[in-house]
Amino acid sequence: MEKVYSRPKSMTERPTSYCPGCLHGVVTKLIAEIVDELEISDDTVGVLPVGCSTLGLFHFNLEAISAAHGRAPAIATGFKRCAPDKVVFTYQGDGDLASIGMAEIMHCANRGENVTTIFVNNSIYGMTGGQMAPTTLVGQKATTCLTGRNPEDAGFPMKMCEIISQLDAPVYVARFSLDSPANILKAKKGMKKAFELQMEGKGYTFIELLSNCPTNWGMTAEDSIQWMRDNTMKEFPLGEFKVPEECE
Amino acid sequence: MGAPKKIVTNKKWCKGCGICVEFCPKNVLELKNGIIDVTRPDDCIFCGLCELRCPDLAIFLEEVSDEQ
Repeated sequence: MEKVYSRPKSMTERPTSYCPGCLHGVVTKLIAEIVDELEISDDTVGVLPVGCSTLGLFHFNLEAISAAHGRAPAIATGFKRCAPDKVVFTYQGDGDLASIGMAEIMHCANRGENVTTIFVNNSIYGMTGGQMAPTTLVGQKATTCLTGRNPEDAGFPMKMCEIISQLDAPVYVARFSLDSPANILKAKKGMKKAFELQMEGKGYTFIELLSNCPTNWGMTAEDSIQWMRDNTMKEFPLGEFKVPEECE
Repeated sequence: MGAPKKIVTNKKWCKGCGICVEFCPKNVLELKNGIIDVTRPDDCIFCGLCELRCPDLAIFLEEVSDEQ
């Protein structure tokens, strides 16, 4: 019997550690598939900071570095400068990247470091217990805003693609969603483009992936995907915000 | 059409999130005792959406060789 689908070689043979229905598993799988397709598994290094993305340490069959909370872009910068022939990516959540790691991501992007950031935005702190994140939607409930995010005291959701695309150095900035098969395939295509641009030495690439958090949103996996469509995807429009000049 | 296919599940890895059940266009799948079950295999059109959407690599398609 020949398998039509086989587990990516760049993933370890173990069940994922994410909550039931969490789309982090899809992101992990997509990264592993892309690494396999580009045949770069021996030359790829993931930098995984604190949060649900940390669990990728168990699931990527790749070299991986654990970083302090929010500091993955700084670690990636150092590693890439020491080993420019390696393909380096950071795998970060919204609490990590847009809050405690805001300085690191902005300066890494502004310097145009030749690394790729995979940014999983589920609009809440996941592993730490469902607190309000910089990306939490106005009115969305979290453990630190029980009646919903109030912009008068918490401001508005951070739109990272829009912010990073204003910088001169980044070459590819795009936002995709994981809510449907069509969007998952578009996300994979965009992620692959980001890795390829890095391999060509073009510079900094940033991929934002809209995801869910059934556990901390307090709903079923199916309902969380519908909630993404009704809310998250309206607040964070999909698309390519910055592309290399030859792609325009 | 290529070789005939069959749907395969890895029940040990299934967490019962229900994404594949909810989005299967042919209602082939059900959760039984919180675990995926291929209840109506004859209705499966082998579109592979369950395989694509499963966050836990717990369901996929296999090609069945002619000898089997």
